[in-house]
Amino acid sequence: MMHESTVKSLSDALAAHELSSLEATELFLGRIRTLNARYNCFISVDEERSRAQAREADRARAAGRATALTGVPLAQKDIFCAKGWLTTCGSKMLSNFVSPYDAHVVERLNAAGAVILGKTNMDEFAMGSSNETSWYGPVRNPWGTEAVPGGSSGGSAAAVAARLAPGATGTDTGGSIRQPAALSGICGLKPTYGVCSRYGMIAFASSLDQAGPMAKSAEDLALLLNAMAGFDARDSTSLERPAEDYTRDLRQALAGLRIGLPKEFFAEGVQPEVAKAVDAAIAEYEALGCKVVEVALSNMRLSVPVYYVLASAEASSNLARFDGVRYGYRASEYRDLEQMYERTRAEGFGAEVKRRILIGTYVLSHGYYDAYYIHAQKLRRLIAQDFTRAFENCDVIMGPTSPTTAFRIAEKASDPVQMYLSDIYTIAVNLAGLPGMSIPCGFDARGLPIGLQIIGNYFGEAQMLNVAHQYQLATDWHLRAPPGVV
Amino acid sequence: MALTRDDVKRAARLARIAIDESEANQVLEQLGRIFGMIEEMRAVDVSGVEPMAHAQDVVLRLRPDEVTEQDQRELFASVAPRVQNGLYLVPKVIE
Repeated sequence: MMHESTVKSLSDALAAHELSSLEATELFLGRIRTLNARYNCFISVDEERSRAQAREADRARAAGRATALTGVPLAQKDIFCAKGWLTTCGSKMLSNFVSPYDAHVVERLNAAGAVILGKTNMDEFAMGSSNETSWYGPVRNPWGTEAVPGGSSGGSAAAVAARLAPGATGTDTGGSIRQPAALSGICGLKPTYGVCSRYGMIAFASSLDQAGPMAKSAEDLALLLNAMAGFDARDSTSLERPAEDYTRDLRQALAGLRIGLPKEFFAEGVQPEVAKAVDAAIAEYEALGCKVVEVALSNMRLSVPVYYVLASAEASSNLARFDGVRYGYRASEYRDLEQMYERTRAEGFGAEVKRRILIGTYVLSHGYYDAYYIHAQKLRRLIAQDFTRAFENCDVIMGPTSPTTAFRIAEKASDPVQMYLSDIYTIAVNLAGLPGMSIPCGFDARGLPIGLQIIGNYFGEAQMLNVAHQYQLATDWHLRAPPGVV
Repeated sequence: MALTRDDVKRAARLARIAIDESEANQVLEQLGRIFGMIEEMRAVDVSGVEPMAHAQDVVLRLRPDEVTEQDQRELFASVAPRVQNGLYLVPKVIE
């Protein structure tokens, strides 16, 4: 079935003129029309705009100007500004914001000829691990609609899992690509910090935010990252590096690869079925000729508190721009400027976003700055140094992406600390700025997917994609579709 | 060091977020739990460690002092809540 296509197989079919971009786009738009009500993956769909892009892609191909992604329809996380598209970031604050410009990632995907199918649902301002903080309502997990899809890129993850899009963009500040990829049974990659430009990607925590691809296979992630990555002078943290072909190493054999296993990833708190599936994946890698070495990430337990100080501090600063003056929501009743700001922000932001702004404001305020913010920055260095030492003895690090499979909607919504611990295995990677990915490696007894996390050294994306691709040649977890979506 | 309701109200004031008494109590309870988790971090000795502000040790790029942006004033004003004669309208701040 065409909707089962990977980005790669669609790309090949388009190149062979077996179908047009318009046909492929219509197929996915049709699925979104029928199935989105069940999952709530998309905040906006604009069929005419998508069709116009598809026709343009077909013209480009006819004129001999096609890239690997020309005509491939993709979903964009609603954190990316896309010109002419409603861009809400999952918030009431931006519920009326039609972006006047494109994010760099969107600009690059458009230039490659990809078609935007729609803008996907997400936790408000990317703050959440379940997609429940969205002003547009929770996304439902295609593997069990009473469960969350993970977050914050939950709409993108569920859209790919439900075959409403062959691939999607996501962003990852503390695990927001990898954790929903794991909980929704798909693949997701967070590149090394600085590989994708943050320009036009609505900022949450600028020293941690990074864009990345989400899709059904490692090969698809490589194709998407080829188009998304690249230097951009408009992001002061974008890295000036020669362009890479992330597909270049996919076919390399893995014999001799050293896999680091941190014992901290298999400590108490991990669901036994998750540990068992990850162990089985490691055994598969050993069968492929890899060697396992034990490594220590002894400061990892501090990553959650460190993250909630640093990310909240950066968020409180970044979200100061939402004041009801230049764009977005403005309160309807106020007597003066002060009250206009205070009411706009009280009404426009949801509870979790306000909590984080208050944490951030508190830890940055006079008298607390050194005790919290600077202290957390020092611990951030210790956490990063753990990885540097670990990579002296291994090529990649593996473990679970998330301690549990998808939890039920509302199960953790009233306990922020429990929710935050859902990202315990992913956050340290952002603090260090390393690349990390998640690929499917099994299911629990309820049929909910389990993710294997692969962490690489700085700029190790091509190697990680090779490691994931070789596993996917030997196993078929990534090809499983949720019951009822096909 | 326990967080107080005054701390919450002060932070809300600094962040320009209107908050009423019942909300302040609710937020205090949740922030109390979050800061309980954060306290664990404060017990660790970090003497002699340099703060890490950023994932890569990048230095800010300099660029030639040239105009690179086009004038898109009307386009950007088109998404503003209230605009008149190309100016953003807010309540009067100077009598």
